[in-house]
Amino acid sequence: MGEKVLMKGNEAIGEAAIRANCKAFFGYPITPQTEVAAYMAKKMPKIGRVFLQAESEVAAINMVYGAAGTGVRCMTSSSSPGISLKAEGVSYIAGAELPCVIVDIVRGGPGLGSIQPAQSDYNQATKGLGHGDYNMPVLAPASIQEMVDLIQDAFDIADTYRTPCMVMGDGMLGQMMEPVEFTERPAKSLPEKAWAANGLNGRTEHNVINSLYLSPEVLELHNIHLQKKFKAIKENEVRYEIFNCEDECDLIMVAYGTTSRICKNVIKMAAKEGIKVGIIRPITLWPFPAEAFEKTVGKTKHGYLSVEMSCGQMVDDIKLYVQGRKPVEFYGRSGGMIPEPIDILNKVKEIVGGVK
Amino acid sequence: MAVVFEKPKALLDVSTHYCPGCTHGIIHRLVAEVIDELGIVDKTIGVAPVGCSVLCYNYFACDMFEAAHGRAPATATGIKRTNPDKVVFTYQGDGDLAAIGTAEIVHAATRGENITTIFVNNCIYGMTGGQMAPTTLPGQKTETTPYGRDVKLAGFPIRVAEMLATLTGACYVERVSVDTVPNVNKAKKAIKKAFEYQLAGKGFSIVEVLSICPTNWGLSPKESLQWLRDNMIPYYPLGLKKDTTEEVV
Repeated sequence: MGEKVLMKGNEAIGEAAIRANCKAFFGYPITPQTEVAAYMAKKMPKIGRVFLQAESEVAAINMVYGAAGTGVRCMTSSSSPGISLKAEGVSYIAGAELPCVIVDIVRGGPGLGSIQPAQSDYNQATKGLGHGDYNMPVLAPASIQEMVDLIQDAFDIADTYRTPCMVMGDGMLGQMMEPVEFTERPAKSLPEKAWAANGLNGRTEHNVINSLYLSPEVLELHNIHLQKKFKAIKENEVRYEIFNCEDECDLIMVAYGTTSRICKNVIKMAAKEGIKVGIIRPITLWPFPAEAFEKTVGKTKHGYLSVEMSCGQMVDDIKLYVQGRKPVEFYGRSGGMIPEPIDILNKVKEIVGGVK
Repeated sequence: MAVVFEKPKALLDVSTHYCPGCTHGIIHRLVAEVIDELGIVDKTIGVAPVGCSVLCYNYFACDMFEAAHGRAPATATGIKRTNPDKVVFTYQGDGDLAAIGTAEIVHAATRGENITTIFVNNCIYGMTGGQMAPTTLPGQKTETTPYGRDVKLAGFPIRVAEMLATLTGACYVERVSVDTVPNVNKAKKAIKKAFEYQLAGKGFSIVEVLSICPTNWGLSPKESLQWLRDNMIPYYPLGLKKDTTEEVV
């Protein structure tokens, strides 16, 4: 067994990355994720690894591009406005198929928004961030323990598929403290990085890290190749939790991250009033857990309720997989406001209505 | 029979896409000759820019990256920090380095990043068809300054070498030209020095190379070389701007 320690979310991210053998961190200060950089600044040089505070989010992600292109495990972290700046680099990283981890500790938006927790980067993250035809796996932890586990998984997913992989939390997960346990993880067998441009070292063909394909025929082939990879990720990496809706229920809430924890309280409150609500908690926001809806669509009387700290960004994805078979409702707060269980319960009662 | 002239080994045996008369070919060759002479092709990693030399990753025989527009110094930083035993260079034009990538080059220089930048200045955006660059001279006509660069509207050209020479982290800054054989020889010496300084771990080195763009200037190669001498060198004076080693000595 590993040791159990009380840690702040952002610091746990740093520690998890170090334990995942992350060799380099490039970042830029932004609330509410700055402690990730501070933790890395303290720890990385002491163990002979790289910490560098970049001049901008743009530079940080391009440093990641450089380090990742030489085959080195590396990461960056930021919060919403900074993630927007990284979008360019992430597109290049996806195009050049480089593995790396990007952490987004989401705050309220749009624009400079607020520094309070939010989930309003859902669309940005799940639609790939930058320009061009690509997707990026997005993992959404609901506790600091899960954050730690998913950070380490994210590096493996990145290496397995040669893709940027995002771990998306919110300001709440970044700032709060919880006990976490770091367990020894069995070494995964991962593909060799023969593509890395880390010097010829006797190799006869040079390696090139690149996303430019001037011939449309060749770029289309590259895109077809990328799509195959995204399909494989969809088939192999979907993660979700289904709770309290294995059998018939009145309504199923769909929530991830911090809101999923609030919704679990609502389950108990609703039960006291004789209403049975379940929850689907997507852990991968992309790929979205389509099968969770297949499994439950016949069991929920009143359909689904998306509960978010954003203005309904997840609703479209839910509707896509519910395919009109059941209603999809929405309750959310935004701008850094956090939904209260009682307000969610009231929404549940409004939907379930006089049926009870 | 003794071979007196051959293609450098650090250049691949492929034809380039450069326009006739373009001096990128000469500058590529100089970088490659230096890599050969220093015997470092095995441990050199180059970073290509966006612009006319975007495809230089197809020409250099060492491992190469193609960076986003202006971001080559950040990419090179990521490479070098995680591979300190490698030789890392960026090859950038004036639109890439002095406009969209100003932050990246300034901060790589001020950090004293132990990399080498070859900065090719031809006073114009070549790849996109001849628009104003930050280095376009006052009065110079381009697609986006059709009446000549009006400094009241478009400001003044940036002297990159002089600007970077003010930064403590920059160890070696020199401006050269490839308009004459003696100047080509001087350019090669400067490029070699820049790489040698990196090998010695001295910090950031940059060589600004004045270059021509006959296609977008609308001049013959010969006229272009004369235009460079008549217009560019007076505004962008050649020579050493900074050498911390010499300062110490």
